[in-house]
Amino acid sequence: MIDVTPNQTADFSGLACPMPIIKTKKAIDAMAVGEVLKMISTDPGSVSDVQAWANKTGQELLGHEESGGKYVFYIKKVK
Amino acid sequence: MPEETSKRLAIIALHGTMDLAYPPFILATAAAALDMEVAIFFTFYGLEILKKGKIDKLKVPPIANPAMPVPMPNILGMLPGMTSMATMMMNKWMKKAKVSKLSELLAMAKEMNVRLIACQMTMDVMGIKKEDLIDGLEFGGAATFLEFASHNAVTLTF
Repeated sequence: MIDVTPNQTADFSGLACPMPIIKTKKAIDAMAVGEVLKMISTDPGSVSDVQAWANKTGQELLGHEESGGKYVFYIKKVK
Repeated sequence: MPEETSKRLAIIALHGTMDLAYPPFILATAAAALDMEVAIFFTFYGLEILKKGKIDKLKVPPIANPAMPVPMPNILGMLPGMTSMATMMMNKWMKKAKVSKLSELLAMAKEMNVRLIACQMTMDVMGIKKEDLIDGLEFGGAATFLEFASHNAVTLTF
């Protein structure tokens, strides 16, 4: 369990690559620095892709959880 | 010191079949989401992707393609109607896997400022006019692509 209260939740369940990443970027772009996005995906590739996206864009992946075929990511906008 | 990483992706789209139209758009939109600058250079049969109303009607030929999910011997693949059948099946599988339509990826690419460059020379060779193609394109030649790519771009060809 990740101990953080998200400012916003985005559910991208059912979307295939590359849409979860594209929509994550759009959601983060619309948020303020310091805020946390909770992103939900059903694409197993997201586990690797969200980390790669965070590495490249310089945003912070606080952590992720998996349950019942859902992947939940907590991303902090740091810039 | 942070490691120097590439901020650009330069893609050459050379083919006008559905399967080979996907990778340029998937990678272009993903790269844009990774804050990279992206250009796709459409040349030869790749121009087919840009023809008005064509992008969601591209086909997958089963001939000489033993990697199709249901492999089809060439002697059958050459029969009339087999390309349409293979395309229909492929579209069904893509839809089942909830993969976005090419037109959706194209719209996303435009929205994310991916540069779409149509090769003027091959347009002339193949008799394709600007008005045959969708809006929002740039028209240029090898130098246009190379100038963009020369700024430390990752370069891919499909």
